[in-house]
Amino acid sequence: MAKAVSPGVAALRKVVDDVHAKARQAKAEGKLVGWSSSKFPCELAEAFDLDVMYPENQAAGIAANRDGELMCQAAEDLGYDNDICGYARISLAYAAGKRASRKIDFETGEYVINPNSGKPLKGPDGKVIIDPETGKPKKDPKTLQPYTVLDDIYEIEALPEGREKELRKKAIKPYRQMQIPQPDFVLCCNNICNCMTKWYENIARMRNIPLIMIDIPYNNTVDVHDSNVAYVRAQFDAAIKQLEELTGKKFDEEKFNRACANANRTASAWLRVCDYLQYKPAPYSGFDLFNHMADIVTARGKVEAAEAFELLEKDLEQAVKNGTTTTPFPEKYRVMFEGIPCWPKLPNLFKPLKANGVNVTAVVYAPAFGFVYDDLDSMCRAYYKAPNSVCIEQGVDWREGICRANKVDGVLVHYNRSCKPWSGYMAEMQRRFTDDLGVPTAGFDGDQADPRNFNEAQYETRVQGLVEAMEANQAAKEAAEA
Amino acid sequence: MPVYTLGIDIGSTASKCVILADGKDIVAKSLIAVGAGTSGPQRAVAQVLENAGMAKDDIQYTLATGYGRNSMLELADEQMSELSCHGKGAVFLFPEVHTVIDIGGQDVKVLKIENGMMTNFVMNDKCAAGTGRFLDVMARVLEVNVEDLGALGAQSTRYVGISSTCTVFAESEVISQLAMDTDKRDIINGIHKSVAMRVSGLAHRVGVKDMVVMTGGVAQNTGVVSALQTELGHTIHTSPLTQYNGALGAALFAWQKYRKAHKS
Repeated sequence: MAKAVSPGVAALRKVVDDVHAKARQAKAEGKLVGWSSSKFPCELAEAFDLDVMYPENQAAGIAANRDGELMCQAAEDLGYDNDICGYARISLAYAAGKRASRKIDFETGEYVINPNSGKPLKGPDGKVIIDPETGKPKKDPKTLQPYTVLDDIYEIEALPEGREKELRKKAIKPYRQMQIPQPDFVLCCNNICNCMTKWYENIARMRNIPLIMIDIPYNNTVDVHDSNVAYVRAQFDAAIKQLEELTGKKFDEEKFNRACANANRTASAWLRVCDYLQYKPAPYSGFDLFNHMADIVTARGKVEAAEAFELLEKDLEQAVKNGTTTTPFPEKYRVMFEGIPCWPKLPNLFKPLKANGVNVTAVVYAPAFGFVYDDLDSMCRAYYKAPNSVCIEQGVDWREGICRANKVDGVLVHYNRSCKPWSGYMAEMQRRFTDDLGVPTAGFDGDQADPRNFNEAQYETRVQGLVEAMEANQAAKEAAEA
Repeated sequence: MPVYTLGIDIGSTASKCVILADGKDIVAKSLIAVGAGTSGPQRAVAQVLENAGMAKDDIQYTLATGYGRNSMLELADEQMSELSCHGKGAVFLFPEVHTVIDIGGQDVKVLKIENGMMTNFVMNDKCAAGTGRFLDVMARVLEVNVEDLGALGAQSTRYVGISSTCTVFAESEVISQLAMDTDKRDIINGIHKSVAMRVSGLAHRVGVKDMVVMTGGVAQNTGVVSALQTELGHTIHTSPLTQYNGALGAALFAWQKYRKAHKS
């Protein structure tokens, strides 16, 4: 049985499901569907009533569904190097038509079950039942899954109508991220990462579709200069013109203003939700925030997202009053988790944290999506400030502010093989956290989407080391105070 | 009657044990040259007990550390990371220590020590370049014993650069040098410098502060110690007990845990 969730969480899940369902419906009706980078100004697409899907978010979902490696390998087979971002590889493989599918026995039409999948079968006493013949735990037949194989929608499309075509179409995994429609245009803003530019150019070329590009250069000062604002404003105008040509519609200023109001309302509610991690113990954790990245990315400009986050805010207010938390263990230590999670390995990330009473009460990735602005100029400034487009001083300031407000005892840094810009400056940031905040830090190697870059034993040692250093740090502080 | 504590350090390439009396006197130690996943840990425990003339029941508290620490759930009362244990051992051997550099079989750790406690650390990433395994591979290609690398490198008269950080590619670099009839001693010297450069980069991330102590099996290699000294610009202190440092730290923590449990 699925776990009971709060009204806010249920509403947020529905928002994302609806966005995906609407995009699939639009495609089925022959309407345009676009793909957008996560920090492209969604307000522009909303002004044209366009249905948009988000490849970064999709790749995270595919990775969390354990198909990241298959899709990354598929991209590598297409010639993309394994040093390229895992999200980009998954997305490029998907754009090329590659899909994670279930293995079919074409004689019977049934899926071929993988005996190594599934969860152990438990008896009425809750204990795992051991198979006397093999000496290994018996598997719960309800949880057994078919083998995963790679398929290609363009190969399927080329097949003559018939049984094989139908079976292969149906066998594509049914979860929403493996079912998003192919793009008719792409919207790219490289404020989130420079890798976006080539990634989206590749999709546009591969599918022969328009690319609407907004370039945000790396900002080596804390302030955004007026000339930078003018540069982005001019690109907004150009993007509007391209969208008018693409859709055959005139830019609807009223719709645009409404989308801006919604985006601001969503962002403000989201930031207030993030602030609930400041409570001690925290009613919500960084891992919970990560689960809502889908909403803040895919539905920022929609009123339904704003309403759902406001509902979640009420849930959290109540949780604080009731003294309840989603964290299933007593909070002994509070840490900032720096970087994007290793989506394919979320349970492995969580296990040693839980075992040591470490709660993630600060993350920078989640609040980074809280764009709040007043007018078009400040909108340009807001889009200029994404984690990978700001200078190190700004980056350190953001993080240390969150660490202080959220009262952390240490920092756990994910050296993400997929994200060179983010991981590149982390060694210096780590040093600054220790100097400025007086807390220990630990770094571990991993990847946001490719499980081949994560080693559980090495991660566990680093977490244990961080816990021991936090323990020593606390003991030293207590001794100094005594 | 003294209280005996046992520290077990199960590394990737060796298993080490130390028995301490009252958290201050080393009663016995043992080392078996195979580590996690082998018979090494059990053999090391049996040997340290034999060396001490004790039975397992004579030990009041046992603490396991190292890569294979979680395989000792039945034998040990507790497990701790090798990071803290190396810090603890180093402080016991050198009370003034502020920086510990430990080069083990498959990883490199640099620990920051303040008031005798580890307050921060950094480890190598998944790549094993610059570790004990790296030197094992190079010694095999050069057809020399790994224990002799230090003495041979000291006889070098010319610097030969080994630039690759990847163990496999560094191995082919060494093979190319051998094919060019380069003197093995010069190649060894180059290998030591390559290890030192890699470790030095890591050490600077935590900050290097005197006194600097090097532990782990590689600290026995005088060539690496000397090259690292040059790279860091700090004197490096080592101990004859360097290989036992993790086990020593574990035995010290075991003593601390025992005392805490029996305080009341």
